[in-house]
Amino acid sequence: MADTTATASTETVAQTDDGIRRRDFLDIAAIGAAGVGGVFIVYPLVSQMAPSKDVLAASSTEVDVSSIEPGQAIKAVFRKQPLFVKRLTDAEIAAANAIPTGSLRDQESLEDRTKEGHRDILVTMGVCTHLGCVPLGAAEGEVKGEYGGYFCPCHGSHYDTAGRIMKGPAPTNLEVPEYEFISDTVIQVG
Amino acid sequence: MTKLLSVRLVAILVGLGFAFVALFAFVIGAYNAATEEPAGHLPYEKPMDLSFSFDGPLGKWDKAQLQRGLKVYDEVCAACHSLKFVAFRNLEELGYDEGQVKAYAASKQVPGIDPNTGEAAMRPGLPTDYFPSPYPNAVAAAAANNNAIPPDLSLMTKARGDGTNYVASLLMGYQAPSEELLAEHPEAAPGPGLHHNVYFPNLNLAMAAPLTTDGQVTYDDGTEATIEQMSKDVAAFLTWTAEPTLVKRKQTGWPVLIFLLFATILAYMSKQQIWAAVKPKKD
Amino acid sequence: MSFPWAREYQPSNGFTRFLDEKLPLPRLVYNAVGAGYPVPRNLSYFWNFGVLAGFFLVLQIVTGVVLAMHYAANAQVAFATTEHIMRNVNWGWMMRYAHANGASFFFIVVYMHIFRGLFYSSYKAPREMIWLLGVVIFLLMMATAFMGYVLPWGQMSFWGAKVITGLFGAIPLVGEPIQVWLLGGFAPDNAALNRFFSLHFLLPFVIAGVVILHIWALHIPGSSNPTGVEVKQESDTVPFHPYYTAKDGFGLGVVLLAYFAMVFFLPNALGHPDNYIEANPLSTPAHIVPEWYFWPFYAILRAFTVDFILPAKLWGVIAMFASILLWFFLPWLDKSPVRSGHYRPLFRKFFWFGLIPAMIVLFICGGAPAEEPYVMLSQIATAYYFLHFLVILPIVSSVEKPEPLPYSITEAVLGSDKKAVLGENTTPAV
Repeated sequence: MADTTATASTETVAQTDDGIRRRDFLDIAAIGAAGVGGVFIVYPLVSQMAPSKDVLAASSTEVDVSSIEPGQAIKAVFRKQPLFVKRLTDAEIAAANAIPTGSLRDQESLEDRTKEGHRDILVTMGVCTHLGCVPLGAAEGEVKGEYGGYFCPCHGSHYDTAGRIMKGPAPTNLEVPEYEFISDTVIQVG
Repeated sequence: MTKLLSVRLVAILVGLGFAFVALFAFVIGAYNAATEEPAGHLPYEKPMDLSFSFDGPLGKWDKAQLQRGLKVYDEVCAACHSLKFVAFRNLEELGYDEGQVKAYAASKQVPGIDPNTGEAAMRPGLPTDYFPSPYPNAVAAAAANNNAIPPDLSLMTKARGDGTNYVASLLMGYQAPSEELLAEHPEAAPGPGLHHNVYFPNLNLAMAAPLTTDGQVTYDDGTEATIEQMSKDVAAFLTWTAEPTLVKRKQTGWPVLIFLLFATILAYMSKQQIWAAVKPKKD
Repeated sequence: MSFPWAREYQPSNGFTRFLDEKLPLPRLVYNAVGAGYPVPRNLSYFWNFGVLAGFFLVLQIVTGVVLAMHYAANAQVAFATTEHIMRNVNWGWMMRYAHANGASFFFIVVYMHIFRGLFYSSYKAPREMIWLLGVVIFLLMMATAFMGYVLPWGQMSFWGAKVITGLFGAIPLVGEPIQVWLLGGFAPDNAALNRFFSLHFLLPFVIAGVVILHIWALHIPGSSNPTGVEVKQESDTVPFHPYYTAKDGFGLGVVLLAYFAMVFFLPNALGHPDNYIEANPLSTPAHIVPEWYFWPFYAILRAFTVDFILPAKLWGVIAMFASILLWFFLPWLDKSPVRSGHYRPLFRKFFWFGLIPAMIVLFICGGAPAEEPYVMLSQIATAYYFLHFLVILPIVSSVEKPEPLPYSITEAVLGSDKKAVLGENTTPAV
């Protein structure tokens, strides 16, 4: 009896060796379960690199705009990036409105970029839309570029007084982040 | 062959050497143990076995209890103890809405900078701020508390064995030392500035009983604020501060284990089926 | 390097043919853990632990790399960044618990792997090199685990670092300068924390390298097996895949169930509460203990309480290191021609009724406070530990009369082997 089993099992081993062993439902299910488990493991591994709770929580900034004089700008920080808040002079508003929107690379009017009742407050990210440098023009005495707004020294992008791209490689206007006036003098960004 | 023999000979000698020294130390130790009075431990009590909503594998937070616990921390503990790893924004997890959290944060003064002069100044808190420490630094904390620095409470229930029960028991465990205890261990009498507590390993600690009368805190939800209730509520709150993810952890665990059990059973059946071909048949 | 009946890799399509010519990776896998690697057909579940150890090494590297993305090795903020991981990072709490408990499970499976090797004398010729590399892996693991435990910068982290580097202070003359050099200061601080972090990140990759050598060395003679009788013929083996991939897959499932039960429901049970208190150089915890996997060796360290020619502290340090280093000599200390403990009546008794109880006593004493009766118990167990490996093993292996071995693995599994020659089974087949 034992002898025959020995022979039989040797043959079975040999048989499995010829590569036509049928993979039946069980094997596929077991391998499939392992695969599903692998996908479950990937989820937290990917998710852990997304912004953590403290980073997300800190991503709203309040700025008091009451002390900004016309023609002046302040730099605040929003999401660890510079935020320009500028109070436009009447001349700057006029200059911006004088440019026909249709002629622009990124067609936005000053009205699209400011809030009702606060047309003189221009809130933009201080991040050039080309490759992310900080444009000049917010601080006193900085070069404002050919159009009197902002100028990015990295690759020579010129923005007008409404922060719209006029000349240079940048593809779009300086981004206006989501913000609202929570009082007459305070804006909340984000 | 002679070389191998010598390896083993050296090994035997080395082994006997180590064993001899260890046993020599044992004999000396046994002699000392037999002749010297062993230093006894002070008889403190293990924490009470209290029940909390977050106990067990299916436990959940009782948010009303956590809110009551926050109030106890706020009105009693916060006078001396910081909670430095907890931000006001975390309080939303206790069931408060954004506005309530903002108002709560604004009611606390946190260290900041005077925007005009740049000098250190206090300002109202924002939701992103962390609970402020009652003392500016460790030296101030020590000076104000008879040299015993009140520990930060953020992780207290994880930093003690059976922490939740320990914190609750400790708050209820203040009492005068018993006559029998003092008769047996005269050193157990509280020294100056110390307070007797049956759950504290040294039996005497620097913190005076913080919860002394029923109704010391007025709960917003009308729960009667007995000392036991306040102790349990603040212990529950500190369990949350120590591990805000505790309930999420348990809730994540169940699907993982059920999936794994299913996968393991499949793996077993698959393995049995693969091995059936070469397993000897039972006679 | 394998048995003559090992199946040869056959590329099945153009791409694998191309790959086989240029970079025969599929062939390597096929021969290493695929159908091209014949393995004894009678391996028990004790042979699962090698693959499991490999799994936990990978798990530790993956979770560790993730944690390193959020951790800062600076004494000012290390504790806070650990809490940042626990509170703010997405799934950070899970990663950290998985890493902390992963270390424990890595040691559990490696201890099972080592004691399987000790019972079945897997260290004997022709597998000495596998064993030696294994001991190297174990030493690297201990160093890695110790340095990893320092990183959260809790009280046990700090005082563990201080005590363990203090061991080097026991070395005469150069001890103290060495300790100061190791720490880069007079107490653990930024310098020590940063180098520990750097090495804790580096060493797992060194371990992975030695693991590859360990597996390479294994594939030369092939696996041992519960009878200790070498493979003689094709019917003694089955291909690794699918037989042992399926069996290892099932074993992995069982261990993962236990592991995730710990991670999700008892994540701090194997840790010490004191490590949730930030490191304080001015206050020592009442009872300093290392992580549980070091307890037996910590007990040996503390068992030497009496000066005898050398100071007690130095004896403890020498004995602790010797207790592991002596494993390097096992292949030459145990000269019994029979491998498996199943056929060695005397060896078996000393293993189950001597070594295992001694290890359990050392384990308990290492985790207990340094007071009686634990110190005295650990002294007896320490004496036995050294006697077992250095005295009993060499003597038993020469005086013991082994029980008759099966002719072959096939006979052991099936009850008979038609190729067996009468009388041959009385000679130990080594």
